[in-house]
Amino acid sequence: MFNGKKVKTSKWMSSAGPDGEIVLSSRIRLARNIKGLPFPYLASDSQTEEVKKQVYAIYQDKALSQQFGNMSFLSMHKLSPLERQVLVEKHLISPMLVKENHNAAVLLSDDEAVSIMINEEDHIRIQCLLPGLQLEQALAEANRYDELLEEKLDYAYDERWGYLTVCPTNVGTGLRASVMVHLPALSITKQINRVLSAIAQVGLAVRGLYGEGSEITGNLVQISNQITLGQSEEEIVKNLFGVTRQIVEQEAQARQVLLNEGRDRIADRVNRAFGVLTHAWLLSSQEAMQLLSEVHLGIDLGLIKEIKGEVIKELMVLQRPANLQLMAGQSLDAFERDRIRARLFRERLAQ
Amino acid sequence: MLCQECQKRVATVHLTRIINGEYTEQHLCEQCAKNKGEFDFSHNPFSLQSLLTGLMNVDSQTLMGFTPKKLQCNNCGLTYAQFGQIGRFGCSECYQAFGERLVPILRRIHGSTQHVGSEPRRAGGAVKLRRNIEELKQQLQRLVEEEKFEQAAVVRDQIKKLESRATDGGKKDV
Repeated sequence: MFNGKKVKTSKWMSSAGPDGEIVLSSRIRLARNIKGLPFPYLASDSQTEEVKKQVYAIYQDKALSQQFGNMSFLSMHKLSPLERQVLVEKHLISPMLVKENHNAAVLLSDDEAVSIMINEEDHIRIQCLLPGLQLEQALAEANRYDELLEEKLDYAYDERWGYLTVCPTNVGTGLRASVMVHLPALSITKQINRVLSAIAQVGLAVRGLYGEGSEITGNLVQISNQITLGQSEEEIVKNLFGVTRQIVEQEAQARQVLLNEGRDRIADRVNRAFGVLTHAWLLSSQEAMQLLSEVHLGIDLGLIKEIKGEVIKELMVLQRPANLQLMAGQSLDAFERDRIRARLFRERLAQ
Repeated sequence: MLCQECQKRVATVHLTRIINGEYTEQHLCEQCAKNKGEFDFSHNPFSLQSLLTGLMNVDSQTLMGFTPKKLQCNNCGLTYAQFGQIGRFGCSECYQAFGERLVPILRRIHGSTQHVGSEPRRAGGAVKLRRNIEELKQQLQRLVEEEKFEQAAVVRDQIKKLESRATDGGKKDV
């Protein structure tokens, strides 16, 4: 059934990382633009092509591969819609990069930890995505690429406003730091809204898993900084790190409460989820995410021992529509996807 | 209530900010508020309206249809009015073109109007130097206020040294 392409495992999916039971990934994004060139939404095709050419020249330069190893330069218009969507579902590129214009491209590191988006909202967006709570490491990594790029590109920078960006909400550092946290116990114990509104009050943004406005699926929440001007990169990252650590503590406490006050009940719940996941014949994406969340919790609590958390983390991505279709090697309608999805879980979680 | 700044005129501008959970309140007269760059009333008789129009809305003049002089970026052609509508800049030069009008907007978004993070190395040197001098001057003022004159003299000499370097273009600091 899965005789299409194999989906490569990105670095953030391949291991748990520090605090990996609760923090699934850490992401750093730097927005950069080239001085004087109109921003992508206003630029002519030849102007966006100019941006792409400049980055392509860096890609071909030996300095890049010497320092960072092999990278791939992927032009969006050369990829099939399905291949593009797979990159979005793996969080390697933004949905916007797919929509923007035909000079959109991405420069992707071999381990898929770093992606440099070209002609997204800004001319350049450097992203580093790592497993677990590793914001400082991700920032350091993104900075290394940034330094290499700035040697060749004439960045738009102003002494007062910092890095100049398309949207005034990104100006200054151009830095968006975010973590994806898995909070099933806070959700089960009905504390999640209290925690999330507290986060919003300290100037951080909270979103459901797949970007703006989406509902919280699978108890996954993304937390990110909002302010980019007047704080240094280190402050921004430190602040988010501190808040994330507190959330980790809260979730860990809630998990302990679940174990202490109703071990059998929670064991029943997560193992039922495991049972459905390994035996169902039809599974919607929504239901699958909920089940995967509960099984992940079961693994974290030592109530499910047969599989590792990373396997579940990877399945959260593989079960999404484009990934499924790429693996199946054919386009599938919603019903077929539900069938293939259930089969994916049966096969991957069997042993 | 009297203005916190001048202590003379009646405070008519009351500004409450909550940034990162930190709550600050300011009570200023119109003139001091203008001097501080909090709000610009000079061309704008509809001050209340300018406070109420949303974060990215154009100022009341453009809303009323009077645009005395069309404010536009020469590089990409985006007008200030368009910027107000779409909330996005057209190119890096827009920041220069729209100038001081951006100050209240960015302050409301970020609670700050000065970048303090990293900078491209090629912009390096000069910028860093100027920022160092700024910091030393603040330090100097504190020391003088605390009557620590010996330390203040040391800092003053440091400032002099840096300032002479800044006039050389700041190249040596790279």
